[in-house]
Amino acid sequence: MEIVRPEVNTPQEADAVEGASINQLIAESTSAIPDPDRWIDEVLDRNVFLTTADTIVAWGRQRSIFPMLFATACCGMEVISMSVSRFDLSRFGMDVVRFSPRQADVMIIAGTITWKMALATRMIYDQMAEPKWVVAMGACAISGGTFRESYSVTPGVNRIMPVDVYIPGCPPKPEAVIFGITRLHAKIIKGTMDNPMLSKH
Amino acid sequence: MTVVTSGEDLAKKIAEAIPGSVISSDKTSVMVDAAKLAQVAEFLKNTPGLDFNYLNFATAVDYIDYFELVYRLLSMEHNHSLVLKTRCYDRENPTVPSIVSLWRGAYFQEREMFDMFGIKFEGHPDLRRLLTWEGFKGYPLRRDYL
Repeated sequence: MEIVRPEVNTPQEADAVEGASINQLIAESTSAIPDPDRWIDEVLDRNVFLTTADTIVAWGRQRSIFPMLFATACCGMEVISMSVSRFDLSRFGMDVVRFSPRQADVMIIAGTITWKMALATRMIYDQMAEPKWVVAMGACAISGGTFRESYSVTPGVNRIMPVDVYIPGCPPKPEAVIFGITRLHAKIIKGTMDNPMLSKH
Repeated sequence: MTVVTSGEDLAKKIAEAIPGSVISSDKTSVMVDAAKLAQVAEFLKNTPGLDFNYLNFATAVDYIDYFELVYRLLSMEHNHSLVLKTRCYDRENPTVPSIVSLWRGAYFQEREMFDMFGIKFEGHPDLRRLLTWEGFKGYPLRRDYL
């Protein structure tokens, strides 16, 4: 998505511009974006020469993910509880929680995303540097949850960005989130060189 | 402790000052005519002894036949409170006088009511949608939405 910054002089104009882009986003987001899951059954035959270097790079990446907390609802409480001493996310090298998308690797979407917020969410996702991953946490982020039929909530965050790991629950326990993080680790260690997002760089 | 003002007693005072404004009253609330809401509000705010100088909240309810607007007022000075209500029977183009000039706190609340119910507030400085976006169709908290 291109970030367009038109000239606005009054709040009314800014509202009109924002409204138009939200309506455009809704019109474009009619179906779910497929999950980036090529890695699952990817045969390594093609990459046999690369596996050693690949594994080292992936191993390094896996052990130092900077998460970007995007807590919009009650799931945020579970993420906070997960990152402090009791459940201790530092064990996975994820203790540096970034609030700038440019320094983050994984975006944990913890909570309901409304259409008005979807625009900002998509912009933050676009600002993150490659390689990047997205974790959809909780029923609202996965499918809209209780608010799926609502007038203002996205029916799943995968309408606006590709999602790597889904963590179900309402909200998921910190243990569940940690399990999701380990799944993400498994995903990272399997695919770097054959990642379509990376190959173009 | 905040004392709830008797709506019946207050209704008499309002009716004396602004004839024909009070429609009904009970122990806790006063129902006034929507056309005279601004006058009543000014009376409640500026009369010595009443001094309702703080607006706790303003909200609206959709009863299908009419919209009921609810204002909860509080006097910091005398520590008493009142529920002021008014009804708006026009569903196509509901219009009610704004009270932003008296209580600045009504600014966002009236914008939210406009957003959710489509009630227009005459005299509001900048009546735009607040929670939903510009170009949103319909008014989501109306009973006949969807």
